[in-house]
Amino acid sequence: MLRQGPRFLLSRASAASMGWRRQFATDLPAETAGDSKFVEAWKKVIPNIDPPKTPSAYMAPRPPNPSTIPSKLTVNLVLPYSSILSGKEVDMVIVPATTGHMGVLPGHVATIAELKPGILSVHEGNDVSKYFLSGGFAFVHANSVADIIAIEATPVDQIDPNLVQKGLAEFQQKLNSASTDVEKAEAQIGVDVHSALNAALTG
Amino acid sequence: MAMAALRREGRRIAAPLINPHPINPLRSSLASSDREHTLLGVRSISTQVVRNRMKSVRNIQKITKAMKMVAASKLRAIQTKAENSRGLWQPFTALLGDTPSVDVKKNVIVTISSDKGLCGGINSTSVKISRGLHKLNAGPEKECKYVILGEKAKAQLVRDSKKDIELAFTELQKNPLNYTQVAVLADDILKNVEYDALRIVFNKFQSVVAFVPTTSTVLSPEVVEREAEAGGKLGELDSYEIEGGETKSEVLQNLTEFQFSCVMFNAMLENACSEQGARMSAMDSSSRNAGDMLDRLTLTYNRTRQASITTELIEIISGASALEG
Repeated sequence: MLRQGPRFLLSRASAASMGWRRQFATDLPAETAGDSKFVEAWKKVIPNIDPPKTPSAYMAPRPPNPSTIPSKLTVNLVLPYSSILSGKEVDMVIVPATTGHMGVLPGHVATIAELKPGILSVHEGNDVSKYFLSGGFAFVHANSVADIIAIEATPVDQIDPNLVQKGLAEFQQKLNSASTDVEKAEAQIGVDVHSALNAALTG
Repeated sequence: MAMAALRREGRRIAAPLINPHPINPLRSSLASSDREHTLLGVRSISTQVVRNRMKSVRNIQKITKAMKMVAASKLRAIQTKAENSRGLWQPFTALLGDTPSVDVKKNVIVTISSDKGLCGGINSTSVKISRGLHKLNAGPEKECKYVILGEKAKAQLVRDSKKDIELAFTELQKNPLNYTQVAVLADDILKNVEYDALRIVFNKFQSVVAFVPTTSTVLSPEVVEREAEAGGKLGELDSYEIEGGETKSEVLQNLTEFQFSCVMFNAMLENACSEQGARMSAMDSSSRNAGDMLDRLTLTYNRTRQASITTELIEIISGASALEG
């Protein structure tokens, strides 16, 4: 009876650990209500083929809205070519929205902001890292997570001031000599970006 | 005369070297050479025939091995890009949610496929899923159109859904994929197609041997507003303050267009990775099959050779014993 005891405990423990391991194996988050509706509708119409997966199956679920204001802001800065910051905890970010530079602190109200070319500064303690963004969108969620999606972002110290001046002069010349609307728009965009770059380097 | 016929047979076998079905011409030629021999009273396949067949199978094996190496190197190049672009669509799904079961009048299914073949079953899978989505979203007042990227899906869908195809784009992979190209493509699609919901069908690259068919849904700004008012996943959208732009609808329009181009970029990269991975495994199994076939042919060749030697010996010995006796 006593000899059987440890074996029984061992089997219980192994069963528990196996259950635990099984939980890890199915690491995907639970299907949301919309997905299960889709899956059911699919199965009714097309029973032979498995339904396709949807993006929420590949994403880690976002943290829920906390009741108190958290101390840090979680920032994700993504570009088409890389994620520069993902899940970084910082104190404050200043984003270049079209209505002006906007500071985002933890507990900021939920916002969708369109961005113009300008500087994004990330403040963490005493470090400030500045990136020049080419434009995009910034979402601030109620759970103090900020997503910044831009097409290009370069650290400010990698920008060459001479090339900026040259580009600015070139596009201003193009703007003056532009004839069609398309050319004017393109030249205007070039002038905007280069003057923002200029302001970034000097300011 | 028999030798001339066999030589002709040999040339006919060597010609279709990159024929996907090398068996058929061979089978007919083997049968005909067999018939010739049986007419003369000898039942054996000539070693020349088997040797020619072995040569062609060996060439096929080399070619498929080389194609596998090329696909592996292309995969390595594009895999890092695809993995880096995975963060791009996540903020949009976090904000706007994932709504594959949304009920709208105008559905557009964007099917992403490859231009080149020999890549396993991924294009057929994408087309099956697209057809499934079409069936799912068909209804009395609803319409469902296709926008096709890539030759292979076009070839399959043109057969039965020709009237539903709005746009087709091919030769997208001539230059390496970059965001500017995809942005222009997305702009093209958005301008020319009326849509309430865009459903992008592609194969997500999970690993070199696993490709998961996936569909992402991008809604038009009007539908986003409608769903936000209706509540549910997008219900929290109203609580977001809008900065920039004059009106909320303008910002929403920019947002949905941006979302479409970002999701398309990631989808095209993932599909390209899946294509190269599928091609690798298809070429690998092809080389392995060619190797098996080569082993079997070698055995046949040896048997044939030994049989002809034995026949010669028998003839000599029986001739000698006839002279003696």
